[in-house]
Amino acid sequence: MRPDIIVIGGGTVGAAIAYGLAGFKQNVMLLDGGDRDYRAAQANFGLVWLQGKGMGLPAYQTLTRTSVGLWREFATEVEGLCGADLAYENNGGIAFCMGEDGFENRRAQLQRLHNQWDGGEPDWEMIDRTALERLLPRARLGKSVSGASFGRLDGHANPLRLLMALHEGIVRQGGVVRSNAMVLRIERVGADFRLLLDGEELVAPRIVIAAGLGSAALAAQVGLDVPLRPQRGQVLVTERFEPFLPLPASGLRQTGEGTVMIGATQEETGFDLSTTSDAAARLSRKTVEIMPDLAGAKLVRQWAGLRVMTPDSYPIYAQSQTHPGAFVALCHSGVTLAAFHARELARAIRDGELPDFLTPFHQRRFDVPKAA
Amino acid sequence: MFRKLHDPGPSAVTILIDGKTVSAEAGENLAAVLLRQPEGWNRTSTVSQSPRAPYCMMGVCFECLAEVDGVGSVQTCLTTVRDGMRVSRQLGRRVLSA
Repeated sequence: MRPDIIVIGGGTVGAAIAYGLAGFKQNVMLLDGGDRDYRAAQANFGLVWLQGKGMGLPAYQTLTRTSVGLWREFATEVEGLCGADLAYENNGGIAFCMGEDGFENRRAQLQRLHNQWDGGEPDWEMIDRTALERLLPRARLGKSVSGASFGRLDGHANPLRLLMALHEGIVRQGGVVRSNAMVLRIERVGADFRLLLDGEELVAPRIVIAAGLGSAALAAQVGLDVPLRPQRGQVLVTERFEPFLPLPASGLRQTGEGTVMIGATQEETGFDLSTTSDAAARLSRKTVEIMPDLAGAKLVRQWAGLRVMTPDSYPIYAQSQTHPGAFVALCHSGVTLAAFHARELARAIRDGELPDFLTPFHQRRFDVPKAA
Repeated sequence: MFRKLHDPGPSAVTILIDGKTVSAEAGENLAAVLLRQPEGWNRTSTVSQSPRAPYCMMGVCFECLAEVDGVGSVQTCLTTVRDGMRVSRQLGRRVLSA
């Protein structure tokens, strides 16, 4: 089968796009990289999250809102197709506030975001400690917890099951998933793109580069200059507990299995996947301030992943002007945005043109003219 | 299934396992004491609820977890008995509490 489109990158972003394209009856081939690649998708925290996002870029609030709005239907479809349980819950989410200052700062931040968005009633509210205790009757709060912001649209899911199900869903819809398929070079041949792999060539009229931190070198070959850097996030996970945290919080969530995930750091340490005891100590201290009883929890794992960061932290969606038919899709919220990627972005790529509302996410926003 | 080969005599200590008085030897490994109880298990799985007993006896497999003196998920194979120690078999997932 000659593919209509090849997606380079089998993480959550590439897999969601390929899954969507397969659903739109495209002959899609997904190329997943090697085992030793930096795989942000396998280190993800699992939030499907809106509150607090998009400062300075209202289009990102809209984009995130769109994806969160599509998530339930998307999850149901993926689960039905693949027999998977994504453990998706969208009963709202909370961000804990410490002290009166923390509470007021959070309110001001969310109010500022709301003012920038200008899209109707807020979908969040500030709740005081008493209301928070009612929301979390089985969790004893630390004494400096003053309250929380509650986002009605927030939720969480199992990111690893999502990734696995998307791969499965591509195949079930007639697509092809190739593992250990690292693209070394991209060439234009007439109207097509020729991808050179180790000992193999693949040809397709359209390509999507969604290879995370590996994307810069590939995109440069089709006239797209995407500035990226790794940002390390470390996560801790505890033993399993009976359910005590009915809602996910930013940086603290109990999974369907009962483990508690604690995260994540934001570290500018380059291409370094090490975990550090310093990060474990900081994350633990912060968590015990919120819920002192977690001091007695056993940690069973700690890991690090590298976020795919752009200079302003927002995604890059673009089609090459010099190489039409070559698209790039990069972001660090691959789980939250998965529904958007599988639906609207996949449809736009099928149609060959990105819609106007994605213009703010073109990487030309980073092309600042140099001062004379 | 397991039994102690010698009588500890004057170096015997007493611990409580699920409220039942059990005799052990000073310096004895707690998992070994649990293994020679008639029940033969120390916890139930957090996934399948099936009973589990100490396995690797060297701190690796985490099968030997139990609550010891109020602290949950203690690796009993890395724990030495103390006179008066209170041990509880651990059923499924722990309840988060102080």
